[in-house]
Amino acid sequence: MKLLIKYGRLIDPTTKTDEEFDILITDGKIAKIDKNIKKDDAQLINAKDCIVVPGLVDMHVHFREPGREDVETIIGGSRVAAKSGYTSVCTMPNTNPVIDNQALVRYIKKQAESGPINVYPVAAITKGSMGEELTEMGELVEGGAIAFSDDGKPVMNSTTMRRALEYSRMFNVPIITHAEDITLSGGGIMNEGNNSIFLGLKGIPREAEEIMIARDVLLTRLTKGRLHVAHVSSRGSLDIIAMAKRNTIQVTCETAPHYFSLTDDAIAEHLSMAKMNPPLRTEEDRKAIIEGLRNGLIEVIATDHAPHLPNEKMQEIAFAPFGIIGLETAVPLIITVLIKENGFSFIQAFEKVTTNPCKILGIDRGYIKEGAVADITVINPDKKIIVSEDFIISRCKNTPFMGRELFGMVEYTICNGEIVYPFS
Amino acid sequence: MSGLQRKDLLDIQSLTTEEILLICNSAKYFKSLFTRSIKTVPVLRGKTVCLLFYEPSTRTRISFELAAKRLSADLINIAVQTSSVVKGESLIDTVHTLEAYKADFIVMRHAASLAPHFLSRNIKSSVINAGDGNHAHPTQALLDVYSLMEIVGNIKGLHIGIVGDILHSRVARSDIEIFKRLGAKVSLIGPPTLVPDEFRMYGVDIYYEFDEILPKLDVINMLRIQRERQQGSFFPSIREYHKRFALTNERLKRCKKDVIVMHPGPINRGIEIDDEVADSSHSIINEQVTNGVAVRMAIFYLLAGGTPLDEKEVE
Repeated sequence: MKLLIKYGRLIDPTTKTDEEFDILITDGKIAKIDKNIKKDDAQLINAKDCIVVPGLVDMHVHFREPGREDVETIIGGSRVAAKSGYTSVCTMPNTNPVIDNQALVRYIKKQAESGPINVYPVAAITKGSMGEELTEMGELVEGGAIAFSDDGKPVMNSTTMRRALEYSRMFNVPIITHAEDITLSGGGIMNEGNNSIFLGLKGIPREAEEIMIARDVLLTRLTKGRLHVAHVSSRGSLDIIAMAKRNTIQVTCETAPHYFSLTDDAIAEHLSMAKMNPPLRTEEDRKAIIEGLRNGLIEVIATDHAPHLPNEKMQEIAFAPFGIIGLETAVPLIITVLIKENGFSFIQAFEKVTTNPCKILGIDRGYIKEGAVADITVINPDKKIIVSEDFIISRCKNTPFMGRELFGMVEYTICNGEIVYPFS
Repeated sequence: MSGLQRKDLLDIQSLTTEEILLICNSAKYFKSLFTRSIKTVPVLRGKTVCLLFYEPSTRTRISFELAAKRLSADLINIAVQTSSVVKGESLIDTVHTLEAYKADFIVMRHAASLAPHFLSRNIKSSVINAGDGNHAHPTQALLDVYSLMEIVGNIKGLHIGIVGDILHSRVARSDIEIFKRLGAKVSLIGPPTLVPDEFRMYGVDIYYEFDEILPKLDVINMLRIQRERQQGSFFPSIREYHKRFALTNERLKRCKKDVIVMHPGPINRGIEIDDEVADSSHSIINEQVTNGVAVRMAIFYLLAGGTPLDEKEVE
């Protein structure tokens, strides 16, 4: 099958391309990038008014399989991702059972085979993510694990974390830290500050996140391991990461769209729909996150897509689980908040969801060159969308952005040379 | 203006100053009924009031119950044992049950902050917050203001001290808001663990030394201190807490001569307040209880669309 993407503005952060080009795809690969390529027998994709970017990569999603297939599945989540412009995702291992042995890693890869996009499993750092014994990391990497994380929980024991960073050096994969000192955050519901005091909700101080990042950065210095910090939400965290980078400690980090789009003011209005961990912080933090993205301190935007069933979220905020869905609102928020409101260039914004995560994870995708795998997303950045029950195709609608009007419509998602969205 | 132009009474923040004064004025009328031999009026006849208490409570529940009965309402009393771990029916399902009963008013007490706000968005009935977590206890704040106005007329310029576990107190939050709104000066007294700096956003002063501010206070509102807080390391011992923050007989002697002592109850005698103080002529603790019924009657009346009561009706 041949595809020809015409009239689009090619944005490739890897080659720093920002120019109108046509792209011809044959046999799953990018055959030609040029001006005015003739259509011949290829299927035409009209990308007029659109940007054409490498297929997006989300290195932090929860697809709930195995264990909670009633909430989301690998195939179902992959469809949501395809609709959202993503061609590769990394699934977090905090399922039931936790992804802590090779058979489970293989299971996820097997399930994803019939799905529309590439799924890269992240495996647990410790058995059952209990924070005690290391998983068989060698076996897991051989089975296809792309990184390690006990996401959802921190590795509280510093020696265990030290060993994980040390041992994993053999495989050159990152340890992704869920940075939270649970002895400080325990029982908290939202960011600690004026809003938590006003609403009488138990707060989670920023320091619960920052203390753990500081510890993990220092353990990375000690071990010369590779650390990736998940879902950075606070200004202080960025200060610590900047310090680490100045000292050439191998650390990278990600934030999520909600941390650059919302503050804890959202809790009073959206209640449990704005409850996630780490929690939404303040305007000062939100601004720092945007600046961190602008100056490159934050390499990656990952969604932390966390579906929960309506009845799980329709509870008192204290009882409702943490987490919001993020895939379908990611591109609209990147375009609306970063590009339109904060003047990011397309290259600056989209390297966080293409080039950078691929580099960190060692995935040979995320760029548009002749001969490369044809993972490509076509987005109309000026088309308005309204986040509604219909717009969200995920069964779970747990998002604080419901009702919001945003810019940025994903028109086509092409994965391995096939159109995976719009769905055929 | 007629009644309260709102469905729910959830917190002080959402009330206008006019509405606060309207409630207090109407409470005056309902209190005047208490000296009659027949204390009921047919204001809520045919209406159904549901008391939905997810947390044990004696005085607030009885106060609402009595208020509803004196207004001739039909009453459903639901007490639910709940915790975040072991739960029965979800709140949203309970709500649907109550809708099926056609309850006109739901009075809810809940250990989780913002639970009544969540409830009110999902039900047509009027929701009255009888205390949610650490967040708000608006009817207590209204009865506190009413009780003070009964004695001093106008709250403006009054210096009110609130003493104790401010952090975990819904009464403190609602009191601070209502006192500040009506022009009082508010000081918070307690250890920094229980009086975080964030409270300054309300425009209050914070004191860690009770004795320093004691002689300047016109009103002292003592909060109940819970022994469990000691386990959370909020203070090292009841003994040390008592020494620094209890309203003792000895401290009372150093207060203004006409100081007013309040307490939302239930009191811990000998812990945050000494026997003699609680029973002294300065204490309006029992009057607060009586006024609670009148204020809650006024709230039901006004939420049901009742018009402001004429001064003559008070006589």
